[in-house]
Amino acid sequence: MFLTLVRRDLALIARSPALWMPVLFFILVAALFPFAVGPDARLLARIAPGIIWVAALLAALLPVETLIAPDLEDGTLDQLAARDIPMELVAAARILAHWLGFALPLLAALPIAAVLTGMDAATGWRLALALLLGTPALAALAVVAAALTAGLRGGGALAGLIILPLALPILIFGVGAAAPGALKLLAAASLVTLALAPFAAAAAMRQE
Amino acid sequence: MSPEPLIVTNLACQRGNRLLFENLSFTVNRGEALHLEGPNGSGKSSLLRLLAGLLRPTSGTIHGGNPRGFLGHETALKPRMTLLAELTHWARLDGTTAALPTAMAAMNVAALADIPCKHLSSGQRRRAGLARVIASSAPLWLLDEPTAGLDTASTARLAAAMATHRAAGGMIVAAVHGDIGLADPQRLRLG
Repeated sequence: MFLTLVRRDLALIARSPALWMPVLFFILVAALFPFAVGPDARLLARIAPGIIWVAALLAALLPVETLIAPDLEDGTLDQLAARDIPMELVAAARILAHWLGFALPLLAALPIAAVLTGMDAATGWRLALALLLGTPALAALAVVAAALTAGLRGGGALAGLIILPLALPILIFGVGAAAPGALKLLAAASLVTLALAPFAAAAAMRQE
Repeated sequence: MSPEPLIVTNLACQRGNRLLFENLSFTVNRGEALHLEGPNGSGKSSLLRLLAGLLRPTSGTIHGGNPRGFLGHETALKPRMTLLAELTHWARLDGTTAALPTAMAAMNVAALADIPCKHLSSGQRRRAGLARVIASSAPLWLLDEPTAGLDTASTARLAAAMATHRAAGGMIVAAVHGDIGLADPQRLRLG
């Protein structure tokens, strides 16, 4: 049943006109920053991981208005609930599908971003590992915020306000991936977020 | 199919500060149908949502009536997906993909299978929703104004499908305005 739900979410993502938006946005940010910072290659290389993490966080947030709200409006959640399918399962499937839909293309685009920001290979690999560990938590937070704001006017902006403080630990440990133990802390923060998110999202989706 | 009867005892439903109904008790046995009647806003849809498990009762109990097929006002069809992909998804969740072709034929939506749902008319979506209920093979059907937007031929098809369902021991609770082609239903008036 979980796989049926994931497959369906992926099919919907693949047909969405916004499929390439997060990764395009990500590359755009990486391309613009060198122009904004100016021709100081050392400075750029030092702030590159931070730029890329912020770009990844915002890319995870881009589709937040289409993650849960359409299912609430068109009765999909009603049909799922009438079948006694646990909302936790629905939320977990949505998190996995959202992660596959935004983080995998983003990781694929990482080499381009690395070149654009003049990152060296060692930093690039470390960043890739950190993004692999941290992006599932970003996907989970996006789904929680989407569930909390579904059905509200201007929910997307509110979702951003909900996510940003919660994403801070991920961002801090992710950007500091070079420090000893940071990756382990990142993995731990990511795991805690992933473990709690389906329950938080489900509680919001069950609102009557 | 050996479904338990649906037994509702002393049900009350409050929405916001408004008490829609209280002390509602009824039983729907195998093969029986129940008409929910009453003016707009009297709580017909809320009662159906309670029976579907979408709302929690303010007080009282609902026993039996599981699994159920629910037809609400919203269609739960994704605009970019084809009708067949949509119905197949729900049949897969119900574990009844084998029953889908018959159900689609029963509501005459087989010819629409490859059309994206955004191009369907509201009557066609309604028929698709009914086909989803039929395909679910659930013993209890909960139908919210099932004939709204249906043409005469589709209404007749629905009546035939409901008769078949009841003959096989199925139960139906429907919110209606007027007759929807159910033979000899119980009636419950709200409001």
